[in-house]
Amino acid sequence: MPVESVFPRLEALLPHVQKPIQYVGGELNSTVKDWDACDVRWALMYPDAYEVGLPNQGVMILYEVLNEREGVLAERTYSVWPDLEKLMREHGVPQFTVDAHRPVGAFDVFGVSFSTELGYTNLLTALDLAGIPLEAKDRDDDHPVVVAGGHAAFNPEPIADYIDCAVIGDGEQAVLEITEIVRAWKAEGRPDGRDGLLLRLARTGGVYVPRFYDVEYLEDGRIARVVPNRSGVPWRVTKHTVMDLDEWPYPKKPLVPLAETVHERMSVEIFRGCTRGCRFCQAGMITRPVRERSITGIGEMVEKGLKNTGFEEVGLLSLSSADHSEIGDIAKGLADRYEDDKIGLSLPSTRVDAFNIDLANELTRNGRRSGLTFAPEGGSERIRKVINKMVSEDDLIRTVATAYGNGWRQVKLYFMCGLPTETDEDVLQIADMAGKVIAKGREVSGSNDIRCTVSIGGFVPKPHTPFQWAPQLSAEETDARLEKLREKIRADKRYGRSIGFRYHDGKPGIVEGLLSRGDRRVGDVIRAVYEAGGRFDGWREHFSYDLWMECAERALAPHGVDVDWYTTRERSYEEVLPWDHLDSGLDKDWLWEDWQDALDETEVEDCRWSPCFDCGVCPQMGTEIQVGPTGRKLLPLTVVDK
Amino acid sequence: MQRIRLRYTKRGRLRFTSHRDFQRAFERALRRAEVPMAYSAGFTPHPKVSYANAAPTGTGSEAEYLEIALTERRDPEVLRRLLDESLPDGLDVVDAVEARTGGFAERLTASRWELRLDGVSPEEAGKAVEVFLAADSVEVQRQTKKGLRTFDTRAAVASLEAVPAGSDRPEGPPCAILRLVVRHQTPAVRPDDVLSGLRATADLAPPVPAAVTRLAQGPLDEETGTVTDPFAPDRDATAVATVPDVTA
Repeated sequence: MPVESVFPRLEALLPHVQKPIQYVGGELNSTVKDWDACDVRWALMYPDAYEVGLPNQGVMILYEVLNEREGVLAERTYSVWPDLEKLMREHGVPQFTVDAHRPVGAFDVFGVSFSTELGYTNLLTALDLAGIPLEAKDRDDDHPVVVAGGHAAFNPEPIADYIDCAVIGDGEQAVLEITEIVRAWKAEGRPDGRDGLLLRLARTGGVYVPRFYDVEYLEDGRIARVVPNRSGVPWRVTKHTVMDLDEWPYPKKPLVPLAETVHERMSVEIFRGCTRGCRFCQAGMITRPVRERSITGIGEMVEKGLKNTGFEEVGLLSLSSADHSEIGDIAKGLADRYEDDKIGLSLPSTRVDAFNIDLANELTRNGRRSGLTFAPEGGSERIRKVINKMVSEDDLIRTVATAYGNGWRQVKLYFMCGLPTETDEDVLQIADMAGKVIAKGREVSGSNDIRCTVSIGGFVPKPHTPFQWAPQLSAEETDARLEKLREKIRADKRYGRSIGFRYHDGKPGIVEGLLSRGDRRVGDVIRAVYEAGGRFDGWREHFSYDLWMECAERALAPHGVDVDWYTTRERSYEEVLPWDHLDSGLDKDWLWEDWQDALDETEVEDCRWSPCFDCGVCPQMGTEIQVGPTGRKLLPLTVVDK
Repeated sequence: MQRIRLRYTKRGRLRFTSHRDFQRAFERALRRAEVPMAYSAGFTPHPKVSYANAAPTGTGSEAEYLEIALTERRDPEVLRRLLDESLPDGLDVVDAVEARTGGFAERLTASRWELRLDGVSPEEAGKAVEVFLAADSVEVQRQTKKGLRTFDTRAAVASLEAVPAGSDRPEGPPCAILRLVVRHQTPAVRPDDVLSGLRATADLAPPVPAAVTRLAQGPLDEETGTVTDPFAPDRDATAVATVPDVTA
């Protein structure tokens, strides 16, 4: 069947929409392959607007990994804004890829990467625009296999009805394994149709096919058990882990868009995984173990990437970048190399640690020292023990003293509100901490022109973390607590005016909480919200809390549960959690012990520098920590004659 | 410091590139091509690039202009090829000249446009053009950043004619081409303003949006009504400057 570009029809609509450039493709380093020369074709989606989705590293990596293979093609698609969606529906233009503007419905596999649960309604919009039945059970052999990935896929139950399968963990090798299975199935003449393919995928043990599992419920609404309903389908599905990041130096040629996006820089992932053990952090739990890219591997990626893109800023990404075993040499080496080239270097996700000031100084040798960001996460010493964020107030004050002493003018502090066992007092101490920061800053710099910004987000308990059993704080209590903090800062005559206060209200967090720890029954809520026009839930101007609550009340009532049941309810040890059959490698008993340790305010060390504390990942997954130091250095780049 | 003037295009789907988008893409292309750019002074130095009269987003163009300042001398044609390769297809750098004269932006006094009107017969378009040209003034309204503004479009139009579309689709639906020369003035009169004028005076209402392309930009020859090459003075100056080298 020939597949035609929808561009001629789309083009006529573009003069009528905002920022049409986001729909035309043609990015530097994008790839368009011959449709007929490929036998496995992937459409990859980041279910948010182009400006957010394009810089996403996950999609960019898989796009390149797949397109490098002979006979395999990958194109990208993003959520279209409501103005274009309306026109596409009026004119019968389907969801399209931006690369060759092919209809998404024509691909073999439709892979969707969920960094957050707030993209679920956008998935339904895209499926519908693509002409793919919303529910997996209604699809036939000609529809693409819809695969969910990304961190949210570690609990795919709320979207279980709408996806054909989910893959958890690192995608690089997983997409290639799926490709081979699809290829073989097609070459054999599609034996047993769609079910035949899904069964082959499920039997690998690394692909979760929700409809091959039945969920049984107890009378009180909790899950009784989750049982495979086909032979050969494993009880638990395991996550994928890529070992040796130096073997996977992607993206080699990062995409450079014409449109403006949220990250106008090149990113290099310097390590994957984190074992700091912050108990609220899902990323740190599900991406274990730590696997470092070597200093020389990083240097090569930066060099080639800059040449291929022309970006003027490089971000050294990871969950806690200053924890790389050779970060000092990396920072100095890169700063030396690019000192004269006006290339900015940034190190997001740093700890509260004076060593990080040295790093930040190194990375801003010529530039201005405007703001440094730290994340103590909790306002009181007690709550930081609960969340296992091992930072003392002395550490913080010493760190900011160094920062202000080195010419930094502003410090940003990130916190969370609504952490387990938290009281008003824990949050109010944030004001005291900010005051001490300002006092120290004025003392060290000898200037009153010192600022500290406090930024607070609501805590949402996540699956596969020690807090997966914890009650979430209600939106009302969150807002009340934040209001008290705001009042306290405002009332502080000495320092209040030097403290900025940024916070998010508690409502979006409740919806995120419902979707994060939801089960299959929450799927009806998502569909109801989508059908009532819900889109782009990660965007304040599109998100409607009232719509979600109305739809949830109606959709959940028949099941005898409600939003509170999913969010503010504490779970017990015995409860079967909706994601228990998805194996992140973490031992559930270890997670429970860590939850108990949290309640006892007991801290746990990082296993990179202390003995193994048996979280279970390495033995379960056959993986191990990969850290340096390698002892190598970044040499200056030789000057090539022009 | 050497200054080089470049002409570039916005073709095909990349006509949806906004001017800001182009600026970012161009500055990245300069980096990839390792052009020895001069930078502005200050806390956040920027490469020295001056842009002139960018065409509106969604409008194709064969004649956009900019000027860059270099710290080392480069052959304009070599530089043009290097930058053209570095930019995506559709954003093509098609002409380059070393700046030998001043007042380049002031030299761009008019633009020649082509407007393709699918679904409009050449006869219908021709009649509308006659009515438009016969009028002393044709007022239109447009939403600008400063609110709704009313202005005359007729005086800015140096010439306007309707011709049949080429014979590329002899059996297809009717299609007229408008050839338009507009003087650059304040407030700027854009091709879509002229279309609004044609609608206001002669009820010309194309069923689909017109495909608009800027074909040329430069000094207006009032006698012939044509737009001439704005690089001509630089080329003449370059030719004079190189004469001794040739004879030596």
